[in-house]
Amino acid sequence: MKQVTERPESSSEGRSAESAAGAGPVPAGTQTGNGRTTGPGTDPAAAGGGTAKPSLDTPPVFEIENLNVRYGDKLAVHDVSFGIEERRITALIGASGCGKSTFIRSLNRMNDLIPSATVDGSVRYHGQDLYASEVDAVLVRKRIGMVFQKPNPFPKSIYDNIAFGPRVLGMDGDMDEIVERALRRGALWDEVKDRLKTNAFGMSGGQQQRLCIARALATDPDVILMDEPASALDPISTGRIEDLMFELKERVSIVIVTHNMQQAARVSDMTAFFTVVVDEASGHRHGEVVEYDETEKVFTNPSDERTEAYVTGRVG
Amino acid sequence: MEAASDPPGGGPRPNLTRVRTPRSVGESAIKVLLFVAALISVATTVGIVVSLAAETIEFFSQVGIFEYLLGTKWTPLAGGDQKSFGVLPLISGTLYLTALGLIVAVPLGLGSAVYLAEYASPRARRVIKPVLELLAGIPTIVLGYFALTFITPVLLQGILGIEVQIFNALSAGLALGVLILPVVATLADDSLRAVPASLREGAFGLGASKPQVVLRVVFPAALSGIVAGLVLAASRAIGETVVVLVAGGASANLGIDPRESFQNMAAFIAQTARGDIAAQSVEFLTIFAVGTTLFVMTLILNAISIRFVRRFQQVYE
Repeated sequence: MKQVTERPESSSEGRSAESAAGAGPVPAGTQTGNGRTTGPGTDPAAAGGGTAKPSLDTPPVFEIENLNVRYGDKLAVHDVSFGIEERRITALIGASGCGKSTFIRSLNRMNDLIPSATVDGSVRYHGQDLYASEVDAVLVRKRIGMVFQKPNPFPKSIYDNIAFGPRVLGMDGDMDEIVERALRRGALWDEVKDRLKTNAFGMSGGQQQRLCIARALATDPDVILMDEPASALDPISTGRIEDLMFELKERVSIVIVTHNMQQAARVSDMTAFFTVVVDEASGHRHGEVVEYDETEKVFTNPSDERTEAYVTGRVG
Repeated sequence: MEAASDPPGGGPRPNLTRVRTPRSVGESAIKVLLFVAALISVATTVGIVVSLAAETIEFFSQVGIFEYLLGTKWTPLAGGDQKSFGVLPLISGTLYLTALGLIVAVPLGLGSAVYLAEYASPRARRVIKPVLELLAGIPTIVLGYFALTFITPVLLQGILGIEVQIFNALSAGLALGVLILPVVATLADDSLRAVPASLREGAFGLGASKPQVVLRVVFPAALSGIVAGLVLAASRAIGETVVVLVAGGASANLGIDPRESFQNMAAFIAQTARGDIAAQSVEFLTIFAVGTTLFVMTLILNAISIRFVRRFQQVYE
């Protein structure tokens, strides 16, 4: 799957195979899914059929209830409640400024780094309230890794980038093995195995982003949050990252913010649509979740007209 | 007009010939003025180096270069047999005083920079940073007399009970440390703050604690700027004149006892230049020899720092 021409097919295959079989590698020619055909502007009737719907009975990894996030006294995300399922890819879509990033950053307490940010409501992770006073945000982030919009490797060697997490967490075991395993899981090993000691800044943007994913994998997280991980990348690198996500979801839950409708349709099992709501009295704008459902449903038969307008490209 | 011979797009052919206007003439004049400004600074540098070199060559026609560089006794102003031109005590005194200054300024400066950049609330920062900059504005002569009239008698002899001479390396070194502390702190603070927030987030996102983020990611990423600041601070201490002249004393000392009097090169030059010596005498020429030595030392230090910064520099998009 390293060739340009194979790209779009391989990702939709990945999705459909995943949806149908639940897991496992991509069998050649199983292009029965609607990963691509559910994109904006296509006939909803063409979808469905061969793709098994993501079953909704997987246990939730996150249960979010009445979540509000404020910066200072300004409301950014209002009253979000839904559950994120284990070992699935959940896409967060919506126009800019609708609180997707703020929301995803509240799932591993990255918002703690912004002094003015306050959170109320609850985010339960495997049943445990992440914002309970006894919870250590550092331990939360050990379990819930994050990949950012712009690749942000440390100005260190490739090896040291991967080893950073395991080292700060004091992980046991042979560091060489840990690094190799993470790079293999990040689908980067073959490209970098001969230059592990060189500076990560010498890599291409796509490689840097996969390095950041591999770096997040090195600490064996249970969830990976991705905030527009491919928005700064070319289509080939984007495709590799999407392929990687399919492989990863056998073991980890993934939440991804994306502005790319096709990407959301291709990769995700579940989709949450966020929108901007303007408070008529004060004029403040905040984000809300309009619709949360199986990706197929959100893209082919949305129940809210705002969702439909957005996914078909009429708005936003 | 028939459009057939015109370039594609049609329409009248635009006139693109350059026209001299008052504005274009003014621009040329400004260009010349700027060039002259640059030329004057280059010429000044060349002039200084040439005059320094000429007098230094004259000095070495009277004093052997090895006697100068390897000799361990520096008494160029003494009479008769006591006269000796070994510059080592001056070099070692310079380095020794600089080292004392750095011992004071590096931990304090880096500590306050890390605090300011990573821990201080915006309010604390608004108070501390200007105070640090105020410290940088204190004239060195004030610092020198502060060392002579407060650090030595009150702090060292009084509070700490150290038996120091009235002119001693300890007080001069402490004052030098205070002098270069703002340089270390502000440049390190700037470099730390220049480290992109995305790197901090990346490290936090991997489960690193605040001290781990600061020490393992932010500090190393800022290292080139921090080292550049340290070198600048060291150059400042090496070349510092007044503090050492006032508080350090006037004997070139090859020892390492900080309670004794030490002199550095710049202070020697200042002291000798205002003394009663005949122009073109060998005593007079020592000024230039020592000046050249100081110049070369600072140059080497700067070259090292430039290499270091290039080697470790990280470019963030």
